[in-house]
Amino acid sequence: MSTIPPLLETRGLTMRFGGVVANDDVNFALEEMELRCLIGPNGAGKSTFFKMLTGQLTPSEGRIRFRTYPIAGNLPHQIARLGIGIKTQIPNVFNGLSVRENIWLAAARAARRDASTIRAKAIVDDVLERIMLPHLAEAIVGQLSHGQRQWVEIGTVLAAEPELILLDEPAAGMTDEETVRTAEIIREINKNRALIVVEHDMEFIKMIAKKVTVFHQGRIMMEDSVDAVLADSRVRDVYLGKKVAA
Amino acid sequence: MSASVKLSLQVVAILVACVAVAVMPVAVDLFQLMQFTLFASMAVLALSLGFIWGFGGILCFGQTAFFGLGAYAYAVAAINFGDSTPAILLAIIVPALFALALGYFVFYGRISDVYLGVITLTVTLILFNVFNSMAGDAYKIGTARLGGFNGMPAVPTFNMPFDPSSVLFPEQSWYVTGGALIAIYIGLRLILRSPFGRVAIAVRENETRASLLGYDPRAIKLGVFVLGGAIAGFGGALYVNWGAFVGPTIFSLSLSAEIIIWICIGGLGTLIGPIVGCFIIEYLISQIGSQQSFNSNLVLGAILIVFVLLLPKGLVPTIRLLLEGAGRLATKGRGQAPNAAPDLSAGQPVGAE
Repeated sequence: MSTIPPLLETRGLTMRFGGVVANDDVNFALEEMELRCLIGPNGAGKSTFFKMLTGQLTPSEGRIRFRTYPIAGNLPHQIARLGIGIKTQIPNVFNGLSVRENIWLAAARAARRDASTIRAKAIVDDVLERIMLPHLAEAIVGQLSHGQRQWVEIGTVLAAEPELILLDEPAAGMTDEETVRTAEIIREINKNRALIVVEHDMEFIKMIAKKVTVFHQGRIMMEDSVDAVLADSRVRDVYLGKKVAA
Repeated sequence: MSASVKLSLQVVAILVACVAVAVMPVAVDLFQLMQFTLFASMAVLALSLGFIWGFGGILCFGQTAFFGLGAYAYAVAAINFGDSTPAILLAIIVPALFALALGYFVFYGRISDVYLGVITLTVTLILFNVFNSMAGDAYKIGTARLGGFNGMPAVPTFNMPFDPSSVLFPEQSWYVTGGALIAIYIGLRLILRSPFGRVAIAVRENETRASLLGYDPRAIKLGVFVLGGAIAGFGGALYVNWGAFVGPTIFSLSLSAEIIIWICIGGLGTLIGPIVGCFIIEYLISQIGSQQSFNSNLVLGAILIVFVLLLPKGLVPTIRLLLEGAGRLATKGRGQAPNAAPDLSAGQPVGAE
């Protein structure tokens, strides 16, 4: 195992906003095909971490390697073309366009990347099935419910066929059924793709997680299996306390 | 409205426009035909801003910069070559290159929308002052004197391609100008259906999402901006062909503002709206001008206020909404079963005109 380089690796990753240190010396590694959950209280630096990975923020210090490419400070579209896709915390979709057009835009870019694959339209139909929205394909995304827009965004990420998928709170605002379906999709994606999932819902984490990384005050506090993390007293103190006790 | 209905309406509109262009010289007298030729050249300018603002999300306050550069490029080249064919090409290329240079700094420098407006406005003012002060023998390109505030009179108008001896008659100029307007409209429609156009609309909708999918918003916006500059420049050549004259007032702020008013009245986010707005407003202004009883700017201002308050979407989108409402009423009246699923597709996708 040790001979295979990690899919994603950060070394000493630090992000400062003036005097505020949002991420402090984060050393993180993700294997190929791994599914990792990130948890931590609000303000722990999870979203900042994602923003640096996708190029929306340039780190103050530190390195990020995706496969062999150093990507810290690259622009979002350059990183996306290397194969990192993200679903952001707040639904970040093309509100004025139809569901089909949203998915097509992602698929068309992917089809251009490796011209040998199936045509964009086939990807679109496939993704519409997987996110269970074929009956709303022509609907305008801005008029859908919050949960459905989450699906659309997950759909755009899937259609882009990235090597690594980052999901920032994928189950937020979803009904219980939708949450279960999201967990199914995540496990399905994980069969041939690596994922990092930020989530607050512990039930949801238990459904999908293998290894969990806990962020606290911009640093990685611990990293272990889901059971070990849930049993850890420090984690309970900073974050989980009430929810696990309940 | 379903996609097929929309497409057939567009085809009908284009056919009607073609017929109108064809019969106009018979239907109206020469003076009016000249007026319509002027309006059509202005409508090309309207279309260029309607495209970059409505579909690229780029509000350029100085679209006249490209219009004026196109006009001057045409005039200088036509005087030097004596043939309008290469001059028309230059009227497209020069403003496009200028848009490329300006757009590169604006978009790759990540300058925000507000400053884009300020910069384009300022560039227009600079061009006005530059061309306004280039009077005298010192300022000439080849044999063409730029003329400063006096402008450049007696510019050769369009001739048959590569045949300077056969200059176009006013009727033929009308066919060229009206035909060019329709051709540009169709061309832009096709571009909006192409992958480039669809991505451009996506960038306008959500730049962050587009970049996270791997599209470079800077390059897309630059492409839209250059295209708009090229079209505006061509409009400038058509304008000079109408009047055989170009002066620095072509860079005036009032014309820049007028384009924005055309689009607001006709409808932002449509291609037909800017053309409709342009023809209506310019016709009104010319009528008022010949009556001399009102100040035309006063009327223009009043119309703009009425539209912003009562029809903020503009004429074309409002008419479309009314038609859709009527269509839905008619369907229900015939007793058809209402859709089981809520009709989410009733809302217009932006840019799906």
